[in-house]
Amino acid sequence: MIFFLAKRIVLMLLTMLVVSIILFAVLEVNVENLATRVLGQFATPIQREDWLRDNGYLRPIYVRYFEWITGMLQGDFGHSTRFNVPVSEMLWGRLANTGLLGLCVFAVMIPLALTLGILSGMKEGSSLDRSITFVSVMTTSVPEFASAVLMSAVFVFALGWLPGTSGMTQGFNWAEMVLPVAVLVMYGFGYIARMMRASMAEVMHSAYIRTAVLKGLPYQRVIVRHALRNAMIAPFTVIILQINWLLSGVIVVEYFFAYQGFGALLLDAALNVDIDLIMACAMVATVVAVATQTIADIGYTYLNPRIRFS
Amino acid sequence: MAQIENDLSPGTAARLAAGLAGFARGLVRGVLLLRESWVGMLGAGILVFWVMVAILAPVLAPFPPDQQISPLINAPPMSVADAGHAFFTDEEMLITDGTERYLLGGDGLGRDVLSRLIYGARSVLIYAPIATGFAYAIGILMGLLAGYKRGWIDDVLSRISDMILAFPVLVLYVVIITVMERSAVNIVLAVTFASAPGIMRIVRGLVLDLRNRDYVAAAQTRGESSWYIMFREILPNARGPLIVDACLRLGYTTITIGVLGFLGLGLPPPDPNWGNLIAENRNIALTAPHSTVFPCLAISSLVLALNLLADGLREISLKD
Repeated sequence: MIFFLAKRIVLMLLTMLVVSIILFAVLEVNVENLATRVLGQFATPIQREDWLRDNGYLRPIYVRYFEWITGMLQGDFGHSTRFNVPVSEMLWGRLANTGLLGLCVFAVMIPLALTLGILSGMKEGSSLDRSITFVSVMTTSVPEFASAVLMSAVFVFALGWLPGTSGMTQGFNWAEMVLPVAVLVMYGFGYIARMMRASMAEVMHSAYIRTAVLKGLPYQRVIVRHALRNAMIAPFTVIILQINWLLSGVIVVEYFFAYQGFGALLLDAALNVDIDLIMACAMVATVVAVATQTIADIGYTYLNPRIRFS
Repeated sequence: MAQIENDLSPGTAARLAAGLAGFARGLVRGVLLLRESWVGMLGAGILVFWVMVAILAPVLAPFPPDQQISPLINAPPMSVADAGHAFFTDEEMLITDGTERYLLGGDGLGRDVLSRLIYGARSVLIYAPIATGFAYAIGILMGLLAGYKRGWIDDVLSRISDMILAFPVLVLYVVIITVMERSAVNIVLAVTFASAPGIMRIVRGLVLDLRNRDYVAAAQTRGESSWYIMFREILPNARGPLIVDACLRLGYTTITIGVLGFLGLGLPPPDPNWGNLIAENRNIALTAPHSTVFPCLAISSLVLALNLLADGLREISLKD
């Protein structure tokens, strides 16, 4: 177990190293663009060159990479050229905002998806199953930006019930959270519901469920005590891995609703060639990706004792 | 050289023709099988509808997609321009005669939302299949090599794709497109880069199962080359799950191209693809929603069609 964790941490550091080298090299292509972004498009080439030299961007790439990585190891994420503040000042607050959004999404999405999945997996092929499956295919077919536009048109434009942006300019406001959460839940729940349905359907076909039914146990008890416990194992992994999906999903939603989160920050950084900020965001994304994968694997082995660490 | 000449001999041409005929027969049989699943039929129907719209765009669209009539800026659906306003086409200046009606309203520049929507179907239905096809070509090649050759090739390819897959997809797209510039080629490349590893994983899994079959052993005994075995023995037998996955992936790619357009990273501006239509009119989405709502419905219906088609195909493949 400890060995497994250690292996994963080494793997994570290795991945971070490779990703950071590739990303740094790739961003180098656009480094002249950075001066244009900072100084504006009417700056002369000489001004741009001066700016690049003053900020050390004309030094060889390996020198700057070395500087970046030593800073990183000491907890210094560098300086954001877009916001003109240290990266760490932007990053953690934005991550916390996205964490809150993600928490709200999961709090709504997981119970909804699991309930629907269980209901439809209990009686495969029933009309309830068919309608739940159809609805979940339908909602996963609507891209996030489309459902954001459509929901805004209904709840903001036509009905006027909810605010159209979620900038939280006057402090935290629950009403501003409703639409971003609704959009993400709508796109995401179908996938989990389908996984739950498949897992539940498989369990319902197994011999021990037939035995439980045949020995005269009440149906409800068979479902709750016998079927659910085993049916929950596979969806658990899917749910944990959804955290990684959420990191992508929030970009569109945060951009549309002007929510001050990690996704909007990353998009802003990428559009403005803000090298240190992009690098920091990429590192965070890598950590989240490897960490969720590890948690999913460990959780799976605990839930399913037939699997052992190898 | 002799090899190449040999490949072009009449025998090869005949075999190629037979292969194409077999493919066509398979397609027809697939369509006939699809009748058993109403979900699949519904998906195929919507898909055919959009393909027809894309092909017949010049006939169906009431106006050229870039034609601006200023009195109709942000006009609600069914608006008519008053007579006597000047507007421009590519060649000449025209005067409105009071018959110009925008069925779905006008956008922020006074262009017809309906016409742009119709022309936008073209760009989605061209680029999404190209990008998906490219990703499939690379992914299949990687998967076959990794699954059939095993050894260090498998290790290297698997590690690379693990690394790419660990990264959130959209983050990948945003970084790739901002580093390169917005163009159709770069979008195809970005989609290929991001989805080939996933395809490789699926193909590899299928190959690991199929490589132990008797017909593969038979081909090996005959002394066939490993390329022949990979592409002629293993790949055709793995096509079922791959076709279902391709439908789903085509839907994802459609969403991706839409998202990139929406974020302002998609095809460059005059192009009326659906993502761009939404991005262009995003600032008026809350005051004049007609110019964004209809493109949203269009892209959702296309993705839905592909998902339903995949569902239908899976349902049928489970039946036999």
